[in-house]
Amino acid sequence: MSETTTDTRSSGPFIAAIDQGTTSSRCIVFDRDGRIVSVDQKEHEQIFPRPGWVEHDAAEIWDNVQEVVSGALDKAGITAEDIKALGITNQRETTLLWEKATGRPVHNAIVWQDTRTDALCRELGRNVGQDRFRRETGLPLASYFAGPKIRWLLDNVEGLRERAERGEILFGTMDSWVIWNLTGGPDGGVHVTDVTNASRTLLMNLHTLQWDERILHSMDIPAAVLPEIRSSAEVYGTAGGKLAGVPVASALGDQQAALFGQTCFSEGEAKSTYGTGTFLLMNTGERAVNSYHGLITTVGYRIGDDKPVYALEGSIAVTGSLVQWMRDQMGLIKSAAEIETLASSVQDNGGAYFVPAFSGLFAPYWRSDARGVIAGLTRYVTRAHIARAVLEATAWQTREIVDAMQKDSQVELTALKVDGGMTSNNLLMQTISDVIDAPVVRPMVAETTCLGAAYAAGLAVGFWPDTDALRANWRRAAEWTPRMDAAVRDREYKNWLKAVERTMGWIEEEQ
Amino acid sequence: MPGPIQSLERAAAILRLLAGGERRLGLSDVASTLGLAKGTAHGILRTLQQEGFVEQDPASGRYQLGAELLRLGNSYLDVHELRARALVWTDDLARSSGESVYLGVLHQHGVLIVHHVFRPDDSRQVLEVGAMHPLHSSALGKVLAAYDPVAHSEALEAERTAFTDRTVTDAGEFEKVLQLTRARGWGSDLEETWEGVASVAAPVHDRRRMPVGAVGVTGAVERVCLDGEIRPGLVAAVRDAARAVSRDLGATRF
Repeated sequence: MSETTTDTRSSGPFIAAIDQGTTSSRCIVFDRDGRIVSVDQKEHEQIFPRPGWVEHDAAEIWDNVQEVVSGALDKAGITAEDIKALGITNQRETTLLWEKATGRPVHNAIVWQDTRTDALCRELGRNVGQDRFRRETGLPLASYFAGPKIRWLLDNVEGLRERAERGEILFGTMDSWVIWNLTGGPDGGVHVTDVTNASRTLLMNLHTLQWDERILHSMDIPAAVLPEIRSSAEVYGTAGGKLAGVPVASALGDQQAALFGQTCFSEGEAKSTYGTGTFLLMNTGERAVNSYHGLITTVGYRIGDDKPVYALEGSIAVTGSLVQWMRDQMGLIKSAAEIETLASSVQDNGGAYFVPAFSGLFAPYWRSDARGVIAGLTRYVTRAHIARAVLEATAWQTREIVDAMQKDSQVELTALKVDGGMTSNNLLMQTISDVIDAPVVRPMVAETTCLGAAYAAGLAVGFWPDTDALRANWRRAAEWTPRMDAAVRDREYKNWLKAVERTMGWIEEEQ
Repeated sequence: MPGPIQSLERAAAILRLLAGGERRLGLSDVASTLGLAKGTAHGILRTLQQEGFVEQDPASGRYQLGAELLRLGNSYLDVHELRARALVWTDDLARSSGESVYLGVLHQHGVLIVHHVFRPDDSRQVLEVGAMHPLHSSALGKVLAAYDPVAHSEALEAERTAFTDRTVTDAGEFEKVLQLTRARGWGSDLEETWEGVASVAAPVHDRRRMPVGAVGVTGAVERVCLDGEIRPGLVAAVRDAARAVSRDLGATRF
C-alpha cells in the first residue's frame, strides 16, 4: 500500500461532468483517480399538461445547468483553468425543438415518459407493426423514442413545419441542447449529438451511424433540423461562460454513461442500475446483436474514430417504485430501507409472488394488457412474506432480462456490476446473485453515470491514456456470490413464471 | 416476588388517561378521575414531566402527553436505514484509507456488522455483513461500550475472552480503556482480537445524540500502525466519516 493512506484531499487538474437528468441537473468534479471532489444539484419542474403527458421547460434546465456548474466549481474551490475537460450525460430521448437564431424553445421539451405519441407510433407501424424500423434502428416503434416526438411537434405547433424546412429550427435531445448552449448558443453554438443519444431517436441507422433517409421520409421529418452525429468521446467545441476555454469533450445517454463508468469495456460485461426502474445493459462488442427476446439494440459508446461498441438493453419498469408503493400506498413500511428489515424477519416468501406489472409487462414480454398480481396467497402469508416477494420481484425480473441477453448474444454473463440507490439493500443484492447464479459486484463510486461522462471526456483530451487506465481506477466495494441451491432456484423460477402468466390478458380492450 | 409498584401503576393510569378522551386535563380532573389525592397526582405528573412523558400547557396549566413518549415509539433506528445513509461516506473512507471499512451496531452482547466495504485492491474478499465481532476487544465494540450504556454493561458482564496476548480482560483495565476511548473520541484494537490485525473506530450518533453504531477501518498492523500506534491520518479519516454519517442522521455538529 502506498503512503497516500492519510491523504483525503485531492489536487488538480480535474474533469467535470454534467448529468442532465429527468428530475434534476447535476455537476460533479472528479480527480484523476475518479474520486468525487464536489457535487452540486438542482431539481427542475415536472410539467403534466394532461394525463400521460410529461414536459420540461428547457430554458429552466439550461439555467440550472449553469447554476450547478458554478456551484460545483465553487464548492471545490477551483476555476475553469483547473478543469481539463467537460463531459455531458443526459436523460435519453427527451425531445426539444428550438429557434436557431434566438435559442428560444418553440415548445416545452417532451419527456421520454410522455405517451402522447402512442397512436402516432401505431399509425407509423402501418401493416408491419412496432418492428417496422427494428432492423435499421434496433428499436421497436414506441412512444419513448425521439423521432415520433419530433413529428408530433411538427404537426402540432403552428407554422413549425414550414420553419423547420426553411432551416430555422434545430432539434436535439438534452445533450445537444446543453452542448449548443455551452458552445455559444445562437452565437456559433455547435449543433451535434453523440451516437448513443442518436441511437434512441428511431432515426439513426445502427450500422452506418448516420440518419436513415428512408425512415426520415417515412416519418416526414426534414433533415435540416437534425444535429450532426459524432462519437461519444471527442472535442465538440469550447465552452464559454463560467467554463470559458474548457473543451466540451463527451456526450453519452445516462445508461450508456453508467456502462462506461462501470468500465464494462469487454464483450459480455454488463451493468444494472437499480433505481425507480432498472436498466440493464450488456456490452456486445463490435456486433449489433438483433434481439429476438424483447430487448433493445443500442450503441454502447464510440470513442473518437474507434469502431463503435454496441449493447443490448433491457429495462424493468417497476423496481424501487414498488418499494415506494409499499411505503406510500400500502403503508407497510415507514422508510424504503425498512423493506429489508421486514423481509429479513422471515426465511422465505411463504409461497407468495408479487408481479408488479402496474402498467403492463416490459422486457422480455411486452404485454400492455398485463396488470399486477400477488399470487400464492394463503392464511400463512404475512406482510413480511409480501416484503420478501417485493424484493424477489426485482431479482426475478433481472433474471428474465439476463436470460434474454444470453440467448440473444450467445455470451454468458460472468458477473453483474450494479449501481443505483437500491444497492444499499444487502438482501436484494444477495437475492439477485442467488437467482441469476452469478456474482453481483458493487463498485466503490456510486455515481457511475457522471463518472462515465467524465471518463469519456478525459479520454478525449488525453487526461487518461486509455480504457485500461480507467479500469485500474475501478474498485470493488462489495461482492455477493450465489448461495441458493440449484433445485430451490429452479422451483422458485418456475413459480415466478406461473405468477407472471397470471398477469396477462387482464385488460381486455387492448389489441 | 414483590407485588407491583403502586406509584408506577398510578403513573401508567395517568398516561392512559391523557392518551384517551380529552387531550388536555387539569390536575383536579386527573386526581378525581383516578381517585387520587391531588398531592399524589401532582407528584406523579411532575415526575413524568421531568422525564418528558408529560407536558404542561403554560397558559392553562393543563397536562398533555409529552414528545418523549412519541420518540420512545419511534426511537429504534433501522440498521438498513443506517447502512443506506452511511454508504457514500464508508465508500469514501475505504478509498482514502486503502483499508476495509465496517459499520457495526450492538446486537446480542456483540457487534453486528451491518455494512462492509472491501479494501480497494483487487484481492479476493468476502462480504462480512451479518458477522459478529466481540464487544470487549474490537475497536467497534470498545466504541459502542464506551458510548452506549447498554453495551457498557453487557461488555462488563460478559466473559472477556483473551483472543491474543494483548486482549484486555481485567474489568478495571477494561474500564480504563473505555475512559480513554471516551476522552479521545475514538477506539482502537491493536492485535487484541486477531493477530496481525489492527483497527480504529469512532461513534455514530443520531439526531438525539444517541450512539447508534460505530464505523471503523481494519487492516494489517504494518499498514494501519506507525511505531505501535494507529496512524494519526487514519484516525482523522475515520472520525470525519463517523461525523459525516451522524450529520446525515440529523445529529448536530459537535
